[in-house]
Amino acid sequence: MLNQHEIMQTIQMIDQQHLDVRTITMGISLLSCAHSSVETACTKIYDKITRYAERLVQTGEEIEKEFGIPIVNKRISVTPIALVAAAAETDSYVPFAQALDRAAKTTGVNFIGGFSALVQKGMTDADRILIRSIPEALSSTDIVCGSVNVGSTKAGIDMDAVALMGRTIKDLAARTAEQGGFGCAKLVVFCNAVEDNPFMAGAFHGVGEAECVINVGVSGPGVVYHALQDVKGKPFDVVAETIKKTAFRITRMGQLVAQEASRRLDTPFGIVDLSLAPTPAIGDSVARILEEMGLEVCGAHGTTAALALLNDAVKKGGVMASSSVGGLSGAFIPVSEDEGMIAAARSGALTLDKLEAMTCVCSVGLDMIAVPGDTPAETISAILADEAAIGMVNSKTTAVRIIPAPGRAVGDTVEFGGLLGSAPVQPVHPFSSLDFIRRGGRIPAPMQSLKN
Amino acid sequence: MKAIVTVIGKDRVGITAAVCSLLAQHNINILDITQTVLQDFFTMVMLVDTTACAESIGTMADILEQAGKEQELSIRIQREDIFHAMHRI
Repeated sequence: MLNQHEIMQTIQMIDQQHLDVRTITMGISLLSCAHSSVETACTKIYDKITRYAERLVQTGEEIEKEFGIPIVNKRISVTPIALVAAAAETDSYVPFAQALDRAAKTTGVNFIGGFSALVQKGMTDADRILIRSIPEALSSTDIVCGSVNVGSTKAGIDMDAVALMGRTIKDLAARTAEQGGFGCAKLVVFCNAVEDNPFMAGAFHGVGEAECVINVGVSGPGVVYHALQDVKGKPFDVVAETIKKTAFRITRMGQLVAQEASRRLDTPFGIVDLSLAPTPAIGDSVARILEEMGLEVCGAHGTTAALALLNDAVKKGGVMASSSVGGLSGAFIPVSEDEGMIAAARSGALTLDKLEAMTCVCSVGLDMIAVPGDTPAETISAILADEAAIGMVNSKTTAVRIIPAPGRAVGDTVEFGGLLGSAPVQPVHPFSSLDFIRRGGRIPAPMQSLKN
Repeated sequence: MKAIVTVIGKDRVGITAAVCSLLAQHNINILDITQTVLQDFFTMVMLVDTTACAESIGTMADILEQAGKEQELSIRIQREDIFHAMHRI
């Protein structure tokens, strides 16, 4: 029999510590929708998504109510569109993005991801068309997210794609200038992208995946923060144990929701992604966890070590709680979406350089960072290259979601609203990377032995 | 199906009676109750059986939430599974 303390502990986690299931994401393969006619392909895409995901939102809401646990987002991820659209005779994939947008709106989900291309070793004609279509596609749709994988540990980094993505990000920012460059919040540039990530904006349904799967992303920075308040001043062994136990509980809850969703939707269960995903709400911050470990402010020396411990302990605790862990799994450090990160960046304690160091040990990368609108495309590309290099050499996923906010300068703030929060515009180095990015070509894959 | 009902709020006369009669109206059987009052703060946890209840747990959650609002209490019903998942291996 459960005791009152345990029950009230769960209620408190939900009520006061922002425990939630961040997303139920249905991954749908669109490979069967390829067609030489754009119109036919788009119709097939719309029909397939709306058929498979017809009951997704409703089922999510039912589970939410019965278990009394908030399920914040219901989302869809699809096969990278560059693969699906390759057969179509066209030079623009914008209609595909619009078909995704319509289908997603019909099903009632919050976001749909997969306007994507995987170009780590080189670009096909279709990949080039897709990347060229990104600025118009993401600025003319509302809830479509895109991603491009420009590097991997096995293939190296495609520097032509990196150069292209710098210009693409600038173009997308310009097209959504009125909203502070909001379009860029829907675009991720990856190295070592994973095929089963349920989190946006980087979710897509990989080609190694089944026809249709349910992936669930759990969250709970507030719960971890609260648990650490009980072990103030104790050694790091205690801190790590406390985080592991908390992550275990959170993930067990995610696993239960995932199994229930899978059963009700008659769709195979894919993975649970046990990520600490912050929100701008007070008490739901990853930065505050790091500060609870003893740092005056996130960004102080010691932040990288604190994040390394957190990220590892979350994985260790969660891995036993789920039958299948996947996705990105770890701690996210999106600046605009984390109340503590926003405060740290605003105070100048958290710089782009420190964030880059932190991405060596966290689960993703430079996320939701606003930089001045006049940052050159080559500088953005160079930031992408640095981040991809970290992922490539360390055999981990890294991602960049950067917003060169048009007309904004250091000290300004860009408001995105909702879960995307607000980002203080952060300075970039003023020195040029132009000749470096102009070279193009490929950075070869790194050694996997003789590691030092 | 077994579920957990939790009631939280400021203590006053008749909370237990009100919640129990509401559950009885919907044919929900109470299997176990624990209750504490700490510094005027009332907390009650009930294990209930909803097998004979005509409503779904989702609907009951709405009914209890509404009743709670009227009495300035937080009343919720949740499937027992979630607590087991989080606290038992």
